[in-house]
Amino acid sequence: MSLGFGGAGRLPAAFMTTGSSSFTEFISEHSPELLPSRRALPVGGTVEAPHGTTIVSLTYDGGVVMAGDRRATMGNLIANRDMDKVFGADEYSAVGIAGTAGLAIEVVKLFQVELEHYEKIEGTLLSVEGKANRLASMIRSNLAMAMQGLAVVPLFAGFDLDAMAGRIFSYDVTGGCYEEHDHHSVGSGSLFARGAMKKLWRPGMDSAAAVRVAVEALYDAADDDSATGGPDLGRRIWPTLAVVDAEGLRFLDDDALATVVEQIVADRRGNPGGAR
Amino acid sequence: MNMPFYVSPEQLMKDRADFARKGIARGRSVVVLGYDRGIVFVADNPSRALHKVSEIYDRIAFAAVGKYNEFENLRVAGVRYADLRGYSYDRRDVTARGLANAYAQTLGTVFTQESKPYEVEIVVAEVGENADQDQIYRLTYDGSVADEQGFIAMGGTGEHITTGLKERWSPGMSLGDALVLAVELLGQDPTGGPSRSLTAAQLEVAVLDRARPRRTFRRLAGQLLDALLSSEDPTTDVPPEDDPTPGRHDTLTGEAAGKDLPEPDLS
Repeated sequence: MSLGFGGAGRLPAAFMTTGSSSFTEFISEHSPELLPSRRALPVGGTVEAPHGTTIVSLTYDGGVVMAGDRRATMGNLIANRDMDKVFGADEYSAVGIAGTAGLAIEVVKLFQVELEHYEKIEGTLLSVEGKANRLASMIRSNLAMAMQGLAVVPLFAGFDLDAMAGRIFSYDVTGGCYEEHDHHSVGSGSLFARGAMKKLWRPGMDSAAAVRVAVEALYDAADDDSATGGPDLGRRIWPTLAVVDAEGLRFLDDDALATVVEQIVADRRGNPGGAR
Repeated sequence: MNMPFYVSPEQLMKDRADFARKGIARGRSVVVLGYDRGIVFVADNPSRALHKVSEIYDRIAFAAVGKYNEFENLRVAGVRYADLRGYSYDRRDVTARGLANAYAQTLGTVFTQESKPYEVEIVVAEVGENADQDQIYRLTYDGSVADEQGFIAMGGTGEHITTGLKERWSPGMSLGDALVLAVELLGQDPTGGPSRSLTAAQLEVAVLDRARPRRTFRRLAGQLLDALLSSEDPTTDVPPEDDPTPGRHDTLTGEAAGKDLPEPDLS
């Protein structure tokens, strides 16, 4: 077992190897079974597993916002109605996931440790591009799973401390990493969310306006995509929403979100197309 | 025929121990002591880049004296150990005791089996929910572990500092008082020579702050450290909030305090 240290009790050689500050590299040498992508796959057949759906992200003047709905679906069923699909990757970045939920959460967990590990060993933060590329290599190694229907497609948003601006990176299942400008969305409802953001996004918006646009886009996605969860006023389930700016990452609390969501729902009463 | 000289095991171990002890005593000292709201690490270390005190995990930190390459190797191993534990189980399941055991086994094996023992002495400290739950472990070159109460001084003039701490350290001291005491003892010359007065620039100071959520390790520098060391300034503890300056938030300098960043309006 990977966590036993052998009879001698001494830390194994992999712990003492010098030169690497990557946690993924370390565990691929020491205990590869912990890597999400190293699972032995059964031949043929696909598995039904919960799927996460829509994530939106958009930049504003001084930062970037990322939001995700809370629904996970399995076929025509709702597997989970209050799942968080937007995570803080480190102090200056957020990652949202669409695709097979179990695998995606594992990838995010590994990515979070990877960034913190680098930070502690090197004593400095990775650049935004560095973080985006690390995530790309994790998705790339997941290709075999993706071909069996267990795809993970993340969206990465970080604050660039050199340019002092928010940046967004999207991925494909082969690990391709593309920088997006202004706004982007992934997941089953992304077509509708992208359409909404295309109409609502303006250069020079402040954070409050960006938060509103993100929630509007998720509303539009939920309106037309059954796999995306809309605002649930009855259960008081709101989207997960992260804001990343010069001060770092923070998640909006429920009270702030309730205000935004209730406002949007009120504005759309009798006007289902919403803001224009 | 070539006959190897016989060396008794006692002599062999003693030679190795003497060798390691000499190497450790050559360096400058590090003091680790508990205060009312956490654990503070003070190193007589003018370098800003080569650290003697570092973060291992949320509530665990590492301090070392001796050969840099050897303790740096151990520090990296410790970060890997902690991150692997936290990744496989949960963040709460990473403990200083487990890490101290792994270090002890490693140092012990190196001491008896390799051609040269590690010339290092290290401290693994974990800040608990309250001062009674704080844990401070001292690990020496031969793999022995000691669970110390309240304070440790090691390297250089360590023994002299320990004597001073035994007389003057008390549980529940404020951070300011603990720092001033540590710095005064670090500057004393045990042979009776004149004391050095160490300034903030010559010190590496870090705390494990009990009150912080998640990662509790913070380095102290700049104005904040000056204020804590000064007898006139009323500052006796670290601020509860990190500096709002853009960049890594692992160092508290107090320099951006008072400079109000516009609060984002999210309503």
